[in-house]
Amino acid sequence: MRDSYDLLVIGGGPGGAIAARTAATEGYSVLLVEKRPAIGAPVRCAEGIGKEALAEFVKPDERWISSEIKRAELVAPDGVSMMLESDMAGSKVGYILDRKFFDRELVWQAAEAGAEVMVKTRASAPVIQDGTVKGAVINFCGDRKKVHADLTIAADGVESKFTRWCGIDTTVPVREIMSSAQFLMTDIDIDPDTTVFYLGNKVAPEGYLWVFPKGERTANVGIGISGKKSGPGHRARDYLERFVADRFPHGKTIECMVGGVSVCRPLPETVADGLIVIGDAARVVDPLTGGGIYNAMFTGRMAVQVGTKALAAEDVSREALMDYDRGWRDSPMGKTIARNWHIKEKFITLSDAKLNAIIHSAKAIDLKDFSTISLIKEIMKRNPLLLADLAGLMASIG
Amino acid sequence: MPVANNLGMLQIHRDICGYCGCCVSVCPEGSLELIDAYLEVDDQCTGCGICAKVCPVGALEVRQ
Repeated sequence: MRDSYDLLVIGGGPGGAIAARTAATEGYSVLLVEKRPAIGAPVRCAEGIGKEALAEFVKPDERWISSEIKRAELVAPDGVSMMLESDMAGSKVGYILDRKFFDRELVWQAAEAGAEVMVKTRASAPVIQDGTVKGAVINFCGDRKKVHADLTIAADGVESKFTRWCGIDTTVPVREIMSSAQFLMTDIDIDPDTTVFYLGNKVAPEGYLWVFPKGERTANVGIGISGKKSGPGHRARDYLERFVADRFPHGKTIECMVGGVSVCRPLPETVADGLIVIGDAARVVDPLTGGGIYNAMFTGRMAVQVGTKALAAEDVSREALMDYDRGWRDSPMGKTIARNWHIKEKFITLSDAKLNAIIHSAKAIDLKDFSTISLIKEIMKRNPLLLADLAGLMASIG
Repeated sequence: MPVANNLGMLQIHRDICGYCGCCVSVCPEGSLELIDAYLEVDDQCTGCGICAKVCPVGALEVRQ
């Protein structure tokens, strides 16, 4: 570890890894620190990502792809289900990753490109000079050291503590944290090509329960519920255990995972003097689906694209870095987040009766393309009452 | 044994905690920190109980 770098990346998830890889590829000196002793573990993710979204950042590799997905099934509170097929029936639309190996691959690529990587190494405070973030105090195996950096990228995940220490309030509202639990289960009867989403206030209040296949008889079985709905006796884990006892009573759980997923609006500002915030730390998770892998990688890459220009111009002020903030907000990703937040806000108000009606109406939909928004548009067309509630939203979707 | 901050308001049951950081993200005081495989609470904790509410597994408990 040197005393100073061009860029310091805090956090070794997909966002931090893509940021480090991008910067190192361009010849900048980069240090990536990860507080956990191993990249990718423990997993805090359902591991789903779209096929094209993934290919934008890394060549798919069977070493870290658990399964390929052809369709999604939505199950209404009354048990009636509908299938979402792509326009090319039977083609693959997404992957369920093996994050332990996927994250490691991305960090390996960053290292291969020339980034320095340190694990079990924690940024415990920012280094701030004249109001500008200039690196971090790094704790490593009992040692503490100041590491200076011309630009610091906070990829510190859902906890987002480093970002907070830099003066940005990252607190997630209780109602907008998805309190989540997941079992990796094996020896269960599933369709290995289909992701299944269970909806309903009894199954997963203000959230959903998922079964994401990881193999022929193996799947991530997980749930996210609103923090508002969580409490003693009715926590995410309680809901999940009830579902599993009913649906997969003979399945074996080979891994228990827990986590928090933010479904709030992104941070009002994702830059400060000398600092860019990316991924979950910037609260850029898709508020409707809870998906965050692509958004983390996208913001990680953009942070470096803008950041290296700022470094070249020797101006890493908040104003100079605002190109990043505007850039991701104006991107299709940013617009999807803004739109899906509104849809989520509506979705969580729906009664089970309404959810049943919607899924019944949508059963016959033949979608031209496999996307959340195509489904929402079709559902709205078939549910005039819902449409009336959402007139303003519909206009924004176009 | 549960671990608590100096004021003793927040008990962390380490045998239940999955060290996921869900609680950290909602703490209005920034009092919680996830350090590798354990959770720490500092003395700024007001015992508001938000963390205990959202914990997916019930590892946190407020004692007034």
